[in-house]
Amino acid sequence: MSKLVSRRSLALGLGGGVSMAALGGRGASAAGWEPTRPVQLIVPAGTGGGADQMARAIQGIVSKHNLLRQPIVVVNKAGGAGAEGFLEAKGARRNPHVLIITLSNLFTTPMATGVPFSWRDLTPIRMMALDEFVLWVNAESPWKTVGEFVEAAKGSRLRMGGTGSKQEDQIITAAITRATGAPFNYVPFRGGGEVAVQLVGRHIDSTVNNPIEAVTHWRAGALRPLCVFDSQRLAGTEKMTETMAWRDIPTAKESGLDVEYLMLRGIMGAPGITPAQLDFHADLLGKVRETPEWRELMAQGAFNTTTMTGDAFATWLAREEERHRALMQEAGFLAGQS
Amino acid sequence: MDEFGLLMQGFAVALQPENLVLMLVGVVLGVLIGVLPGLGGANGIAILLPLTFAMPPVSAVIMLSCIYWGALFGGAITSILFNIPGEPWSVATTFDGYPMAQQGRAGEALTAAFTSSFVGAFVAVVMITFVAPVIAGFALRFGPPEFFAVMFLSFAAFIGMGRGSALKTVMAMMLGFLLAAVGMDAMTGQLRLTFGSTEMIRGFDFLVAVIGLFGISEILMSIEDGLRFRGQKARIDLKVVLRTWRELPRHWAIALRSALIGCWMGITPAGATPASFMSYGVARRISKHRAEFGKGRIEGVIAPETAAHAAGTSALLPMLTLGVPGSPTAAVLLGGLIMWGLQPGPMLFVEQADFVWGLIASMYLGNIAGLLIVLVAVPWFAAILRVPFAVIAAIILVVCAIGAYTVNNAEFDIVLMLAFGVIGYVLKKLDYPLAPLVLALVLGDRTEEAFRQSLLISEGDLTVFFHNWLSGSIMAAGIVLAAWPLLSALRLRLARPAVA
Amino acid sequence: MPLVTGEEPRHPPRAPDGAAAGAVGMELHVPQTAAHGGVGVGTMEAVASLGFMAAGAAAIWDSLRLGAGWAADGPQTGYFPFWIGLLLVTASAINLVGVALAARPRGGELRGRAAPLFLSWEQLRTVATVFVPTAIYVAAIPFIGLYVASALLVAWFMWRLGGFGPLRATASGVATALVAFAVFEIWFLVALPKGPLEELLGY
Repeated sequence: MSKLVSRRSLALGLGGGVSMAALGGRGASAAGWEPTRPVQLIVPAGTGGGADQMARAIQGIVSKHNLLRQPIVVVNKAGGAGAEGFLEAKGARRNPHVLIITLSNLFTTPMATGVPFSWRDLTPIRMMALDEFVLWVNAESPWKTVGEFVEAAKGSRLRMGGTGSKQEDQIITAAITRATGAPFNYVPFRGGGEVAVQLVGRHIDSTVNNPIEAVTHWRAGALRPLCVFDSQRLAGTEKMTETMAWRDIPTAKESGLDVEYLMLRGIMGAPGITPAQLDFHADLLGKVRETPEWRELMAQGAFNTTTMTGDAFATWLAREEERHRALMQEAGFLAGQS
Repeated sequence: MDEFGLLMQGFAVALQPENLVLMLVGVVLGVLIGVLPGLGGANGIAILLPLTFAMPPVSAVIMLSCIYWGALFGGAITSILFNIPGEPWSVATTFDGYPMAQQGRAGEALTAAFTSSFVGAFVAVVMITFVAPVIAGFALRFGPPEFFAVMFLSFAAFIGMGRGSALKTVMAMMLGFLLAAVGMDAMTGQLRLTFGSTEMIRGFDFLVAVIGLFGISEILMSIEDGLRFRGQKARIDLKVVLRTWRELPRHWAIALRSALIGCWMGITPAGATPASFMSYGVARRISKHRAEFGKGRIEGVIAPETAAHAAGTSALLPMLTLGVPGSPTAAVLLGGLIMWGLQPGPMLFVEQADFVWGLIASMYLGNIAGLLIVLVAVPWFAAILRVPFAVIAAIILVVCAIGAYTVNNAEFDIVLMLAFGVIGYVLKKLDYPLAPLVLALVLGDRTEEAFRQSLLISEGDLTVFFHNWLSGSIMAAGIVLAAWPLLSALRLRLARPAVA
Repeated sequence: MPLVTGEEPRHPPRAPDGAAAGAVGMELHVPQTAAHGGVGVGTMEAVASLGFMAAGAAAIWDSLRLGAGWAADGPQTGYFPFWIGLLLVTASAINLVGVALAARPRGGELRGRAAPLFLSWEQLRTVATVFVPTAIYVAAIPFIGLYVASALLVAWFMWRLGGFGPLRATASGVATALVAFAVFEIWFLVALPKGPLEELLGY
């Protein structure tokens, strides 16, 4: 039976054919190095989440456009809020065939759990995009602006739903509390989609979902965006509802709420890889960003498409790490603090 | 009827030759994936997802959903033949399916399992076709308190399942809850019961534990009295399918009830695993032959399989209409939709009617194709039991190791699997019931989560579980079910003097 | 380990197509007595109860560290593990007392003879012929990779337990590993643990 299946899948043109052809073939590329075996892309999160989707999109784009002679293998290591995946990448010293896609848990997990790793243990390759956060309320709620919302929150503790504990959603919630003095009742859920549905069903009062997690409910008229936690408005000008496009959502700052938060979607390599290897991966990921599929993904999720490599990326990481430490310390989220 | 016209259009899409081929490929791949424990459902589809990027969305989703059907069918095969559940929802199938195989009724059990799966899925698809808009909104009513109530109901339906001492049942169940609690506490992000070990952060994955507790321990059990399986050879040919089919209509009530339980659990969305346990529990509770459950009753195969597949199928409904996945596999499919540029949610039915109805039509066809393929293969599956022990045992061990590894890509999980094998072996020989342990392990942390989310929402007020008719009535049903053994004992005692 | 190497598999291993091997069916385990010696059920009961107790105690200890109380907004992290642990310890203790009581009334030396057996030495040896190679297999995976280990396991089982010739056994082992490699590494693109051999071949 298995033989039958395998032949079928080969006929489908799976990555198998590619990898067989590349077995042993070590053609020199411009950078002087290219992968000689399948590249593992570690996802420090479960299957189906935002990071996983992006990793599999990269895998699909690379194989569809033949950007790499070796296949990319996506490996989920979600344990301990991603600690497991990061430890694996950290342990793969000098192995150029290991990549890891990072999200905010690159900063929050070691701080919240005390598991020993940081971005300095890895080789930053490329920032692929930044994920936005939007403050959402149910469309039937009376709050039309951030001001009204904050006023209501000061009056009675509102229920704020979010993904996970002591991660980005709760950090933003804590930052809102710090900026306005309004306390929230933070309720953690497993995933962004679930959070959005809980808001539609009015089991919670507000969320800070990523655009892609809530867009469909917005378009169906069930949710209302109040502000985006970025320094500038979102790019999309196409009307998503009768009256609004992504661009029409005010920024938090415009609305008098001084909170800014973006989530890193970047790719890191194992520690100690050579500059030639780093360049190859940075270049490959640059090509991925140029494809129409990638652009489509970015537009769908209203991503901030900033990209960075090299020193600029490292500087950015260092600054973000400090900012997370400050935010988490203030909220009492650091390991051993609570 | 509007839906009907759209459905016919959908059939036209799904019946295109290239889509039919993809359907077959999908089912076969799915069965293969379902047979390999650990790789099933969610992981399998995630792995194959990138391969479909080059296809048009309708073809891609047809193939992926057929992989899903195949995996659902495939999960039953190892459960029945080797007591190794390929998927969490196949655990309840092992309770009677494996004893049937040991009695030489493997073909019968497989046929019953496949046919019930088909019936369950079919009922769910019909429901999706005609009442989708009405029912979709129902899932919105489910907040944490309602979710907890459903979990409570699952446990209640299962109480009194284990034969043997109540003390041992409690011990096994508590161990299950403890194992479920290991790792990161999702509510606070704190690590608990890990004792400083990085390997423990991951917690105990349900599948790793089950592969060990059921599969490995079974191999150890069967070799005690000699190097061979306790499985029996039976005459295996396609006639067994027909023979079983003649018997199946008798169990229509069980099938219907299980399908309804499944649909309800899939939509709410509690998922296929609690649905299968609950359905098995209810079937046993109601049956006149209660004492024979667990020893090879065909109803014990029909009930969980029907419910699991009804739930697995209807879990696609909240995914399509709300963007909330009712199962891990649906979560991966959801990711696929987004990558093909489709936004699941309330607008999907309006804006992508072609896609949605193509998918629904493929659910009908994929299920029929799947059923035919697996039924024809029943004799071959059953013939696996004829392979000499030394060969099949080694291959099972290898497959188990691969399965345990692929769940989390962790080598330590293979060690855990072996440890669970020894624990399962000891506990089985000492008559500890394993079902409560497994139930607690698979539902434990989700139940605790729902409980604590509810209390966060209500700011510590325990009456939240009775705050509306929905959660209140589910809780009440749970309490009645939990008290049922007590009540019936009481009734017997009251009735006896009257008779005498 | 000596159990395996020293003992010739005592069973006619070829399970032929005939009905001979199949008749065992659903037999119940008739409790054997300690005539030939072995591990008693009472002993194993006690060991299991102690194991349960240890797990419960560990849970209680860690939960107290994390906080096992009931905060204003519901149970703390350690609340459920604490009470579950406590229940487990209590239940195991009751079970242990029961086991001890059951063992006593038979009185003194007579007890050993009548006590039912958990596993006779003979059975233990048979179980070991499968368990020991499996344990070695699991232990070897991190070092030589899953594929090589699997090939060795299959070959060993077929040769030592299955009565196949070494050539056929080896060939089957290698074939199993190759099929697994093709399915997982090449078609499904799933990375399984690999060792020096795969490294050498460029994977």
